[in-house]
Amino acid sequence: MHGRPRKAPKPEDEAASTAKAQKLRALQTQFFSFHHSKIYTKETVELSAKLLEINPESYTAWNYRKLAVEHYLSQPDCNPDTAKSVLDDELRVVESALRQNFKSYGAWHHRKWVLSKGHSSIDHELRLLDKFQKADFRNFHAWNYRRFVAELMNRSEKDELKYTEDMIYTNFSNYSAWHNRSVLLSALLEKKAEGFLSKENVLPEEYDFIHQAIFTDPDDQSGWFYHLWLLDQTVTTDHPLLVSTWPAHGSDVLLVEDRCQNSSSFSPFTTLLSDSGSFPIVLYFNQPVEGVSSSTVVMECRFNKNEDLLWEPLSVSNLQTAQVWVAHLKFPTSELDSSVKISVGYTKEIISTRGSLYSHPSTFSFKVHVQPVERDSSQVSVAENILWREENFKVYRAQSEESIPIASFDHLSIRNDHESTASNWQTEALAKEVECFRELLSLMDCKIGKLTLARLLMAYDAMSFPFANKLVHSEEVLELYNDLMKLDPTHHRYYKDEHSLVLLQKMTSSKESLLQHCFQYKDSVSSAIGKPICLRLNNLSLSRIRAFERLLWVQILDLSHNELESIEGLEAMQLLSRLSLGNNKLRSLTALEPLRKLKSLRVLDISYNQIGDHSIDTTRYLCSSPLSHSVGSELNNDESVINNVALINYWEAFYMFKDLNLNRLDIVGNTIADEKFKSVLVRIMPSLKRLDGELLD
Amino acid sequence: MDDIPPYPPIDPTTFDLIVIGTGLPESIIAAAASTASKSVLHLDPNPFYGSHFSSLPLADLPSFLSSHSTSPSPPGSASSDEHHDFSLLDLSTRPLYSSIDISSFSPDLLDQYSRKFNLDVAGPRVFFCADKSIELILNTGANQYMEFKSIDATFVGDNKGNLLNVPDSRAAIFKDKSLGLMEKNLLMRFFKLVQGHFAGEQDVKISDEDLQSPFVDFLNKMGLPPKIKSFILYAIAMEDYDQEDTGVCGDLLKTKDGINQLALYNASIGRFQNASGALLYPIYGQGELSQAFCRRAAVKGCTYVLRMPVTALLVDKDTGCYKGVRLTSGQDIFSQKLILDPTFKVTLPSGSSPSPPLQAKFPFFSPKDDRGKIVRGICITKASLKPDMSNFLVVYPPRSMFPEQVTSIRLLQIASNLAVCPPGMFVLYISALCNDDDQGKKLIHAVMNTLLTVPPPINSESNASAQSETTESGKPTLLWSALYSQELTLGQVDFICSTPMPDGKLNYDDLIDATVKLFKEIYPEDEFFPQTSSENHEHDGDGDGDGDVSLET
Repeated sequence: MHGRPRKAPKPEDEAASTAKAQKLRALQTQFFSFHHSKIYTKETVELSAKLLEINPESYTAWNYRKLAVEHYLSQPDCNPDTAKSVLDDELRVVESALRQNFKSYGAWHHRKWVLSKGHSSIDHELRLLDKFQKADFRNFHAWNYRRFVAELMNRSEKDELKYTEDMIYTNFSNYSAWHNRSVLLSALLEKKAEGFLSKENVLPEEYDFIHQAIFTDPDDQSGWFYHLWLLDQTVTTDHPLLVSTWPAHGSDVLLVEDRCQNSSSFSPFTTLLSDSGSFPIVLYFNQPVEGVSSSTVVMECRFNKNEDLLWEPLSVSNLQTAQVWVAHLKFPTSELDSSVKISVGYTKEIISTRGSLYSHPSTFSFKVHVQPVERDSSQVSVAENILWREENFKVYRAQSEESIPIASFDHLSIRNDHESTASNWQTEALAKEVECFRELLSLMDCKIGKLTLARLLMAYDAMSFPFANKLVHSEEVLELYNDLMKLDPTHHRYYKDEHSLVLLQKMTSSKESLLQHCFQYKDSVSSAIGKPICLRLNNLSLSRIRAFERLLWVQILDLSHNELESIEGLEAMQLLSRLSLGNNKLRSLTALEPLRKLKSLRVLDISYNQIGDHSIDTTRYLCSSPLSHSVGSELNNDESVINNVALINYWEAFYMFKDLNLNRLDIVGNTIADEKFKSVLVRIMPSLKRLDGELLD
Repeated sequence: MDDIPPYPPIDPTTFDLIVIGTGLPESIIAAAASTASKSVLHLDPNPFYGSHFSSLPLADLPSFLSSHSTSPSPPGSASSDEHHDFSLLDLSTRPLYSSIDISSFSPDLLDQYSRKFNLDVAGPRVFFCADKSIELILNTGANQYMEFKSIDATFVGDNKGNLLNVPDSRAAIFKDKSLGLMEKNLLMRFFKLVQGHFAGEQDVKISDEDLQSPFVDFLNKMGLPPKIKSFILYAIAMEDYDQEDTGVCGDLLKTKDGINQLALYNASIGRFQNASGALLYPIYGQGELSQAFCRRAAVKGCTYVLRMPVTALLVDKDTGCYKGVRLTSGQDIFSQKLILDPTFKVTLPSGSSPSPPLQAKFPFFSPKDDRGKIVRGICITKASLKPDMSNFLVVYPPRSMFPEQVTSIRLLQIASNLAVCPPGMFVLYISALCNDDDQGKKLIHAVMNTLLTVPPPINSESNASAQSETTESGKPTLLWSALYSQELTLGQVDFICSTPMPDGKLNYDDLIDATVKLFKEIYPEDEFFPQTSSENHEHDGDGDGDGDVSLET
């Protein structure tokens, strides 16, 4: 069953299996003819039993038996006794099939079906299960079926927990048993059963329990899996929370429709250049939620009606759930100063995907100042003609204390409300875990131990300083991931990703560290004041990015010279107008999907990536295909735009770029970017002014 | 002398082999020789099977012990004048037991149940599921005559009466409550190292240098804390002598042998589905083992006669070669070969010594363990030492009782579910190696006093009634005990083939080795239980055909 090497078949075995196949084929032919003509006599049903005994995987035969049973039960002369004997027969056939192969999906399913007919001698089922679980205590079919039977007979979770524990004591290398334990505990916790009132009572004991397994045999994976589940149970808050917003609470937002007003003392962090007549409001939750709408989020201001605000989920898949939601507020042309108040979750309709209610209503407000329109179209295009050269940037120096309100950092009024929910036992549990695994690592080199310690340290930092975003252990964690990359080259990419994420979290964790990456674009025309800040996260060998909740304010972002293969989550940065992804490892156009949600994006650099290098796009499944309904219809509508183009070859480009309002695109240095492709791009995006630096007519 | 017992005459009168005594080694030889198509006569002066390996009813044990504590049998009536071809050498027994000390604190109760006891004379003794005795039982088909039960656990004891669970397997380490996490990690890694070594994994090979070094040094090198070292040395490898005192134990256990013990233990765990641990005990007691081999022999044609003492050996007058035996019944039986229980002594005609050809003719067995004695104790109680457990082993490593303790003391508790005592009672077997009786008894008493309430001797009948099963201290009350010292070697080399006597080990492996060697010497041409006969495996087990013992759950 487990750990037994497979032996090469001997000649006589092969002969035997050939004979078996022949017999099986004959049976099968006969069986199909009965099945097709819907004959359910005793003999034909017997034949299907014979077939199943040889081959329990024959789904058709199981289905035939189901039809036969239905047929018998619907006969007018069917009485309870005959029904019982019919169903007993089924159980017997299943049992003999399982004896042949106790991992047969069809057989287990058929048994469930028979039981669901109301025929059950449940004790017998448990006895049978004991037998199968003794033969192979890790057989997950048996465990699945056990859950089914336990539920059917209303067996108490505590009894099942005891059984599971006994199985674990017999041999703790048993994923199925640990999994069952996690299922049962979740159910008990949800019910708040006696002795299982809260995680606080249950989880510390579970940690002690799993330590016994992990320390006894750190090479066994099952224990680590359960530990990961415990860690998840410890850190995740069931209830959705609002983590961050743009504009931040208490901020003053300056909206300019042109770039160069040298007005005011407004911070460059909150000055927004907009050419669309509206600006986004972004809600960033701690987990995907649904139900965000003008009835659950109430906006109060003088220049816009709440009902007009349309909240959209920012997710690449078109589901109605997302971690980030956005609405666009039209700003007034007449009113210069106005305050906006937004209340989230006072009615209970925002729920997480796990079904938990958003139960911490919160309110944030900000002021909006509007700079009157003085449109000069030629100047706009110059302003957006950003060149991502080193010498064009200078480190941003804060003018004075009050002018560095990096958005999102100090808007804690939202979160203070639920500060009380983070309780001591969690930090205590995590601190204990950290200590425990430090000890293990002092004894032995253990890859998964290091990974676990890294996860624990990050969770601990997040838990113990939830509102200060302090990362006390980030250096240690980065070191751990560096180690792991060397120790375990097979999983290098995973560690690299984690390393990148921690690095990003570290850089964004405090005002000081973030300011080191804030630059201003050198522009002789205007003064620094009021000009947006460029966040430069280039040359950091990042392979993934995250921490968007702290970067909602960013309008210009330089991610060039990294190792990005994906920009998942970037759609949260709704203010982005200029973005460089040059010199990364993006492999396909579909990897750029998040950009489709960035309505303000005007300047994009994706030069020197690997787009088109790989004929097989492994990320394509994430993206709707041209043959799917939604995209297909779009294609038809826009056919006039792209006549003469062999669209079938460029559907990805069309899908990616047609809704982007780019003025400038750099795509040089990608295999895909030949002349023909570029000409397609120009047709797809009429707004484009410059392609690879060249001015277009 | 008119009440001469009616001994029936034995027919035929000539055999290939005569075996006297039905102890385990004799029984195995009888079975092996019968299997090799020898005609065998197996005699025992006792009315029961097993000799010094038997399990006896309570009332019979004291008399059996005392009958072997002095040399009673006066030189027989045999005189050399009756035969012209043979001379008679008187056969007598020599004392095996000494310092026998039987105490009964509840005579009425025990008298009532005497026949319900099966007390092992050579206890404490168990089987490891993967040891040589189990292999032999399976190979010979003797398993069809026996049933086993798993020993629940092994503990290490101290002088305060605590019993610490011995984490002897992966599952046991996981479950253990007394080991710290670090200790669990160290111990399991050590087990894995040993397993890896045997599995031939390259990166975990134990070096030759380490293999030749003392095991205790290797354990130190692996950084194992004293508690774990003690578990491994005395409760898993079952070492007898203090490994950290070279003065006591001249030749320390080598790493090579130590890890072999661990491998045996490891292979024992989980070998049989119903056996939870590494150790087994036979239902009805250890005496069953000898009996099973006797039955095996009988199936192969061996002739059995119990209650038949042998009075003398017949030797050729001229050559001094062995020819046959004279029975108490007066009948003379002849055979090629003779095997004797080790307590028999041949009295040579006064003044003479065996002539050189005699010595050359009869190979002798030299016991491996030439150290003095073993003191054994049997205690009966009405309560278990561990309230929730019936059958278990306790090891007291050297120095755990008092500083002068240089050998391990082992204790085996067996409950009525193994049919060795009436329901509700428990039998404790205790043993310790020693140089003299007093030293050994001190060790046994130390354990008894730690674990049991020993009532004052009941000379006056007044206080006999008011006895509970346990006292306020929670210790079980002693109902009956027997202490006796057994010689491990008689210190004398004989010219007859004598089988080994019960040794000081916990299992039978050394005895089986010696027995195989003895068989090879008398029948160098024959195979010791050739592995063929399919009929051996006709047992009614529900297992997967080969190699299963009957285990009761």
